[in-house]
Amino acid sequence: MFPEKAVVDGLADAAHLAEVQGRSLWKDARIRFFRNKAAVASLVVLIAIGIFAVFGGLIAQYERDFIDFSLMGANQTKGTPSFATGHYFGTDSSGRDLFARTVQGTRISLLVGLVGAGVAVVVGTLYGAIAGYFGGRIDGIMMRTVDILMSIPFMFVLILMLVIFGRSILMLFIGIGLISWLDMARIARGQTLTIKNKEFVEAAVATGVSPMKIILRHVVPNLLGIVIVYATLLIPGMIITESFISFIGLGVSEPNTSLGALISAGAGQMQYGVIWQLLFPLFFFIITLFAFFFVGDGLRDALDPKDR
Amino acid sequence: MFSYIIRRLVVAVPTLLILIIISFVLMFAAPGGPFTSERALPDAVMANVMERYGLDQPYWKQMFDYVTNIVLHFDFGPSFQYRDRTVNDVIAQGFPVTLTYGFWSFVVAIVVGVSLGVAAAIRHNTWLDYLAVGISIGAQVLPNFVMAPILLLVFTLWLGWLPGGGWNGGQWNYVIMPVIALSTSYMASIARITRSSMLEVLNSGFIRTARAKGLPTSRIIIRHALKPAMLPVLSYLGPAFVAMITGSVVVDVYFSTGGIGQFFVNSAFNRDYSVIMGITILVGALTILFNLLVDIAYAWIDPKIRY
Repeated sequence: MFPEKAVVDGLADAAHLAEVQGRSLWKDARIRFFRNKAAVASLVVLIAIGIFAVFGGLIAQYERDFIDFSLMGANQTKGTPSFATGHYFGTDSSGRDLFARTVQGTRISLLVGLVGAGVAVVVGTLYGAIAGYFGGRIDGIMMRTVDILMSIPFMFVLILMLVIFGRSILMLFIGIGLISWLDMARIARGQTLTIKNKEFVEAAVATGVSPMKIILRHVVPNLLGIVIVYATLLIPGMIITESFISFIGLGVSEPNTSLGALISAGAGQMQYGVIWQLLFPLFFFIITLFAFFFVGDGLRDALDPKDR
Repeated sequence: MFSYIIRRLVVAVPTLLILIIISFVLMFAAPGGPFTSERALPDAVMANVMERYGLDQPYWKQMFDYVTNIVLHFDFGPSFQYRDRTVNDVIAQGFPVTLTYGFWSFVVAIVVGVSLGVAAAIRHNTWLDYLAVGISIGAQVLPNFVMAPILLLVFTLWLGWLPGGGWNGGQWNYVIMPVIALSTSYMASIARITRSSMLEVLNSGFIRTARAKGLPTSRIIIRHALKPAMLPVLSYLGPAFVAMITGSVVVDVYFSTGGIGQFFVNSAFNRDYSVIMGITILVGALTILFNLLVDIAYAWIDPKIRY
């Protein structure tokens, strides 16, 4: 008649065991990443900062460009951080709500980092993969170009650009995008050199796949791991660059702001005892950078175990 | 060796030319010239002004004159904003200041960074190692424009030990804060690089041999391990140099030291193109020269490099 229940369960277990799946490299990497406590904590912090930057404006009691004239110039006494007035982070010297401005500054800084990293990933990876795959004279010319561009003091050229074409967020993005892909191109090229000698590339060549298709289908997907790692590690550099330019007053223009501009404004106010105007933006700046460093480090350990 | 230097020089020259061309093209692409003002000048006056600065010439001629003046006479031309001042005056006034604190920052970053890195490697996995790693991670997220206000807050406002700005002919207490602000993050990077390369060297065979011979540890470190461990640090010096010149912009603005960065930012606000271009090209030339020197030193020290 019917088999005993215990037997059925046993069979089900056995069937389940047979279904054990092989772990893919990505799954392996994910497990390694989540074992790294500092990286996971930083990821949580990063997500929190992201939520703060995107939705923080909803909690703010004031618009970021609303000027409270009664507080203008009196923020030392009346503009202190308090929940009662709705200025959670206090006000700046013009009587604007620092909370709303910090939210916006964080958003711009994150955006700059992401755009820079995005350009680096797309342009840098393709450029490096093409140079590495074709090799020979093409490689020589392409990588010499990168060498030459790298030895130009780009911060100065970027400032020159901002002065000549006017200060705007778009210009800043273009400028930072222009610098960011160089390192990535070098890394992608180095990696491509080893990938192009692998059997699957040979097989693709033998079956007559066109070079561009091999690069896009076979080389680039295998670069992804290392590209993601270095993109994450690039982001803090981008944020620092943007903040640097905003700090000296050439970055985003009012009423927009960024963490660098806020730190600069806060630093100018601290001699009047308005310490919070420096500390709040500085806090967000530092924890954002820390979080990116640790996440990048964790990703490197997870995706690129050889390189320590 | 000689042919290697020549080959590097051959690459350095077009690099500099590209920099000059980029700056020039940017300037021509600018909407409005340096003399466009709200109040339109009479045509005759405008023509005179254009002639005085050579702006009536075709573009290629302007660029050619600019480059030959720099190369042959080291003349960067007049400032567009200040009648009585040339770009050369600006450089002569600001550059010595930048060089002074830049040099000390370099010394501090290398000496402190290398000692910290070596100490951390020798005492691997002890509290000293963790402290060094902690400092180098911490300093990475404290770029100079964050260091500067913090230093000012602590040493000038709270403790009142150091003057809050100015140069005063380079008196020591005016130099301290610029140097600390500028050198911290590079000190951290150098410490990190030194530590990891030192750890690698200390695990290699020839160090074991030296230990087996019974040499004292200090002698092993100084005579045997330091030189090979310094190679990665050496290759970092090029980028560090660039970063320090760039960082001088913040230091100058923040501590009013009157270095080249201050002129650069002021000119940027005044749209004084010729000064910005002059400084950009000068910094570019120095960067290329410095990278060249580092590469030559590298090839000279590392026997594995073939040139």
